[in-house]
Amino acid sequence: MDEVRKARINRLKWHCRRALLELDLVFDRFWERYEDSLDAQGEAALESLLELEDHDLWALVSGREATDDSQLAAMIERLREVSPLANFE
Amino acid sequence: MALRKAIMNYTVRKFDAVIVGAGGAGLRAAIQLSEAGYKTAVLTKVFPTRSHTVAAQGGVAASLGNSEEDHWHWHMYDTVKGSDWLGDQDAIEFMCRKANEVVVELEHYGMPFDRLDNGKIYQRPFGGHMSNFGEKPVRRSCAAADRTGHAMLHAMYQRNVKVNTQFFVEWQALDLVRDAEGDVMGVTAMDMETGEIVVFHAKATIFATGGAGRIYYSSTNAFINTGDGVGMAARAGIPLEDMEFWQFHPTGVAGAGVLITEGVRGEGGILRNSAGERFMERYAPNAKDLASRDVVSRAMTTEINEGRGCGPNEDFVLLDITHLPPETIMKRLPGIHEIGIQFAGVDCLKEPLPVVPTCHYQMGGIPTNYSGQVVVPRGGNHSEPVLGFYAAGECACASVHGANRLGTNSLLDLLVFGKSAGETAVNDLKNSVKAHKPLAQDAIDRSLARVDRLNHQKDGADVHETRLAMQRTMQKHAGVFRFKDMLAEGVKRIDEIAGQVAQTQIKDKSKVFNTARIEALELDNLIEVAKATIVSANARTESRGAHVRDDATDTPETPDGRDDRNWLKHTLWYREGNRLDYKPVQMKPMSVDTIELKKRAY
Ligand SMILES: Cc1cc2nc3c(=O)[nH]c(=O)nc-3n(C[C@H](O)[C@H](O)[C@H](O)COP(=O)(O)OP(=O)(O)OC[C@H]3O[C@@H](n4cnc5c(N)ncnc54)[C@H](O)[C@@H]3O)c2cc1C
Repeated sequence: MDEVRKARINRLKWHCRRALLELDLVFDRFWERYEDSLDAQGEAALESLLELEDHDLWALVSGREATDDSQLAAMIERLREVSPLANFE
Repeated sequence: MALRKAIMNYTVRKFDAVIVGAGGAGLRAAIQLSEAGYKTAVLTKVFPTRSHTVAAQGGVAASLGNSEEDHWHWHMYDTVKGSDWLGDQDAIEFMCRKANEVVVELEHYGMPFDRLDNGKIYQRPFGGHMSNFGEKPVRRSCAAADRTGHAMLHAMYQRNVKVNTQFFVEWQALDLVRDAEGDVMGVTAMDMETGEIVVFHAKATIFATGGAGRIYYSSTNAFINTGDGVGMAARAGIPLEDMEFWQFHPTGVAGAGVLITEGVRGEGGILRNSAGERFMERYAPNAKDLASRDVVSRAMTTEINEGRGCGPNEDFVLLDITHLPPETIMKRLPGIHEIGIQFAGVDCLKEPLPVVPTCHYQMGGIPTNYSGQVVVPRGGNHSEPVLGFYAAGECACASVHGANRLGTNSLLDLLVFGKSAGETAVNDLKNSVKAHKPLAQDAIDRSLARVDRLNHQKDGADVHETRLAMQRTMQKHAGVFRFKDMLAEGVKRIDEIAGQVAQTQIKDKSKVFNTARIEALELDNLIEVAKATIVSANARTESRGAHVRDDATDTPETPDGRDDRNWLKHTLWYREGNRLDYKPVQMKPMSVDTIELKKRAY
């Protein structure tokens, strides 16, 4: 990974440290899966989502609320896909 | 000390006060100092309103008596009893008497509490809170829907902005700067964005860094809760108080740790075993599902251990709210429905939720008095203030929670002791501490050497694996139920892991938001907390509150294994030599009579 991208990814990763365990669990799995493949569009969408308050972000990720923005909606979909429930027996 | 050049560089910045932590406790303390006109810096690893206080949903306790008769003395009684008599009764009286004042203040800062039709703050019942000295549950918890903690941080952050508190966001404090006389004059810290190290030189240093719930494998705490302040204090020679006491929340979602708030039981939720029995009726005939957390956690664990658990592995019990009107659930407990769906695959309106006791809250911490001053044994006195050093919130031990905290008493602790630490610092700045004490160079060098070691470690241990080994060991050897041999073995195992922590290695050496380095530095703190916990737990051979040992027998002199004759005392763990010391519990309140020792039954 080149230095510039690494710095960007590292910053995003730190911004994924949230106040709610729910979100930490989701982001942990997200990075396991997408760290290498996240493209510029994905980075931008993630960055916007990370600006949100934790409860609002969780409302989107948990499906309680929805967004009209298609870029954000696509990222939310990815986050929901990796959600721990997928691994829950 | 042979320090490499790259990190020899640091700058010094001067403030009247530096506060580490921008959760509820840190923000409350900062208001006090900034309002008094002192130049105040608040350092935080994450944006203030992303501090873990955001997660608090249940509410904050205050005997406002808005829904039914209530009194601070009843609240005090509940807190002493909840603490299994390990809480200091002067600090508990102080907190319960101050509750109404700090809650009303918060309302003035703009906190949007839920309201009754008459406009007063709505209050709901919560485990362990009773009226008339333990008679029946009382409605004492004040909440703002399911966003109490979040709303609280917002209100206080706005207030701080108004009074010019200076925030250093995404800064990681590294070490306390403490001199040979034991006085504190600030902290070393790293700017995460650049990797730059700065010494914050202050006349007053306040720690409000929150808890260390991540020492356990299964925890309701977010990843950020790594006990940094507690670790920093331990490295600087401050003893840690009562670290064997960890609250396991009865209702973490099985398999995920995510918390189901006690408010669910407050609104009428019922715990059931595999036979569908409401088993709490057997363990706590009066309070039932609303008994104190450790009582409920222990009952659940007993049900599971005796083969009445649910699921394919019979390793959880059920929390049932299917009998409640869906409108009540969606209105009063909206988040719960989503959590059930996301982390348990269960629609809680139709089916009960799988739950297990999960690590939740750190009762022990940096020893303080009720004025928020950090206190240590010195010159024959067991509680001498450390000059220039204060602490509040979950990282501190005042001690109001003793061996077991009551729900909603933590948010109250943040407000009362955050304010009190700030107030005491203001008084000290006004009256006694006029100038900055010169910085202790050796303390700064030690801190730089710690970062330097990490940056250059070769053939060292992996941070992630080492942390996981620590968490698994703590879970297995010092969980809800504790066993003599397991504890002793755990002490050895944690000691070995501490050896690996001292040699962690990071591959990423970059400067900008180097999360690998941040996490390695956090692990240095977590391991101090883990050591303190397991060594203190191993030594305390009784059962009390959240510390429950299999070998502590139930006799008339030691009801439920609680041994007041030998163990009615606070533990103090010193990092140096893993040494233990003890100090008496303050049984004398400020103004009322002592709440006398009694078997704790609900
Ligand atoms: C899921 C959950 C629900 C809860 N619900 C309730 C409830 O309803 N009622 C109740 O009373 N209690 C509740 N609690 C407990 C309560 O939320 C916490 O005890 C309390 O919020 C801790 O607040 P604090 O201010 O001490 O620390 P935190 O809010 O954890 O803040 C710590 C601050 O310190 C900063 N920090 C830490 N280390 C460093 C460092 N090295 N450098 C710089 N900054 C640092 C962080 O960035 C953060 O700003 C709950 C706890 C959990 C886990």
